[in-house]
Amino acid sequence: MDRYQAMFERLRESGQGAFVPFVMIGDPSLEDSLEIIEALITGGADALELGIPFSDPIADGPTIQKAAIRALDNQVRPRDCFALLTRVRDRHPDIPIGLLLYSNLVLSPGIDKFYRQAAKAGVDSILVADVPIRESAPFRQAARDHGMHQILIAPPNASEQTMASIGEFSSGYTYLLGRAGVTGTETAASMPAGELIDRLKAVGAAPPILGFGISKPEQVKSAIQAGAAGAIAGSATVKIIEQHLHDKPMMLTRLAEFVAGMKSATVYS
Amino acid sequence: MSKHLPTKFGEYGGMYVPELLIPALDQLEQAFMDAQQDESFQQEFIGLLKDYAGRPTPLTKTRNLVSNPKVTLYLKREDLLHGGAHKTNQVLGQALLTKRMGKTEVIAETGAGQHGVATALACALLGLKARIYMGAKDVERQAPNVFRMRLMGAEVIPVNAGSGTLKDAVNEALRDWSASYDKAHYLLGTAAGPHPFPTIVREFHRMIGEETKQQILEKEGRLPDAVVACVGGGSNAIGMFADFIDEPSVQLIGVEPAGKGLHTHEHGAAIAKGTKGILHGAYSYIMQTQDGQIEESYSVSAGLDYPAVGPQHAYLHDIGRATYESVTDEEALNAFQLLARKEGIIPALESSHALAHALNMADGAEEQMLIVVNLSGRGDKDLTHVHQILNGETQRG
Repeated sequence: MDRYQAMFERLRESGQGAFVPFVMIGDPSLEDSLEIIEALITGGADALELGIPFSDPIADGPTIQKAAIRALDNQVRPRDCFALLTRVRDRHPDIPIGLLLYSNLVLSPGIDKFYRQAAKAGVDSILVADVPIRESAPFRQAARDHGMHQILIAPPNASEQTMASIGEFSSGYTYLLGRAGVTGTETAASMPAGELIDRLKAVGAAPPILGFGISKPEQVKSAIQAGAAGAIAGSATVKIIEQHLHDKPMMLTRLAEFVAGMKSATVYS
Repeated sequence: MSKHLPTKFGEYGGMYVPELLIPALDQLEQAFMDAQQDESFQQEFIGLLKDYAGRPTPLTKTRNLVSNPKVTLYLKREDLLHGGAHKTNQVLGQALLTKRMGKTEVIAETGAGQHGVATALACALLGLKARIYMGAKDVERQAPNVFRMRLMGAEVIPVNAGSGTLKDAVNEALRDWSASYDKAHYLLGTAAGPHPFPTIVREFHRMIGEETKQQILEKEGRLPDAVVACVGGGSNAIGMFADFIDEPSVQLIGVEPAGKGLHTHEHGAAIAKGTKGILHGAYSYIMQTQDGQIEESYSVSAGLDYPAVGPQHAYLHDIGRATYESVTDEEALNAFQLLARKEGIIPALESSHALAHALNMADGAEEQMLIVVNLSGRGDKDLTHVHQILNGETQRG
């Protein structure tokens, strides 16, 4: 069965939402990434959202920009990221893995070739941060061709037309933006997202997972209460890496603790 | 919702931005389409261009610059426009659109500071609050323009991320806009970026070519054989080309910065040496690694130092309607000095690239040739820099 679908069913049966941490592959190094991902899974991550570093990340705030710079400074290349993804998939056959990246990295080898490589590495979904729905057709096609989901973003300012397209084209899950702006914990998600979630349900969108400005268990809890199927924390997770660059054991401990804390807030009450 | 404008030029252009920015771009497109049909908007725009900025700008026949008697060379004098460069044209247009959309703030990026200065003056005039992102390196290199912007009330925000130059300033402006689009307009400075910017910027600069056409017909009784303009993002060039695209007898020539030479990595010639990809919302020719990471460009002229090119130029290149050449720092610096000595005009280093190529054409001409160079800006801003280079005090750049 589809890994996202299996995850959502398992969670529903046990009365939970999903917690999905994001980290940048290769931050601070490829070998560290493998251990970091293990720590996230140990902490209880239901799915993973992983970035491939890009030089000009226009949707990201300072924390994730710095993560990309650290990875690029270590000469991390897309092909290294795919090799790492393959290793993660070998160890964890069931966890849903999403890629989050920018369009020029996809166009560089060609859309079809990129998606083929991703599928081969065991990736379940791809979100291209600078491809809005109206430019998404060739990306969605490639995702279908290679048995993956193209993740669409539902922004707080979505027009009726955008909502209708999300209803028609979303698959896997819907990335629900908790607020305007770029990634980062500097500005918290504006709760509740209830109205947007209701609109998504009305158009039959794939299950909404709330992201942007999520750093605390209380936010996860209120996202789930508002009807979200889960929550994503990117900058908050990456910040733990940044704060412990010179103490890896502590970094891994703190990451697992952070994920466990966020995960515990996903239980329906 | 009424009709949309085309978002692409052939395969180039498009709207490759986060979903969050789509409503703001749609709102801008709608406001622009409405304004183009609105007599009172057009009157206000034309009035500002004439009485505030100083349009029409003259078309000057050079007297001493060209030694080949077969060649006649004219300069379209955008250097005489208020603000010191063509930039003022489209900034006034977009500032009026900002007000029309009911927005009170303006975000802009700037490299050399020319677009920043133009934005600052238009915002001062029209009562808008401007914040201008500028690479930290450029803030240091272009101190006089930073002072000009601040003098006119704009906030200048240095960008330390990445290489600290124009491309990073654009990134930061886009990030700002994705949080502030309710109140703020992103006043993009060149004919690049996501739709509808390449179209709006072209339309708000197209008087450059329209005036040129009328002026050259009055003076010479015929169309020029070639119009020549420098190309970074490509705003002055597209403004010059727009009215000549359907005149097949007129060669359209864009001149990219070859920096220290196209055989080096230090240049900004996206069409000559780049490959297809997406930067800042548009599919076009860009400078990138084999993995798709954006490379840093280089030019002695900060205004041409950009690793991509506007999508319409990519299209005009592919269909063969326009030709794109390149000129090195050294050739541009020679043209800069030559125009000063021979005609008493100090051109911007950007425009010196167009001039240098026109002079190469003139040298090789065996038949009668009538050339117009778009002298897109004046060189006051470059004096310290060029002085240092000529005294050997600095490595170029």
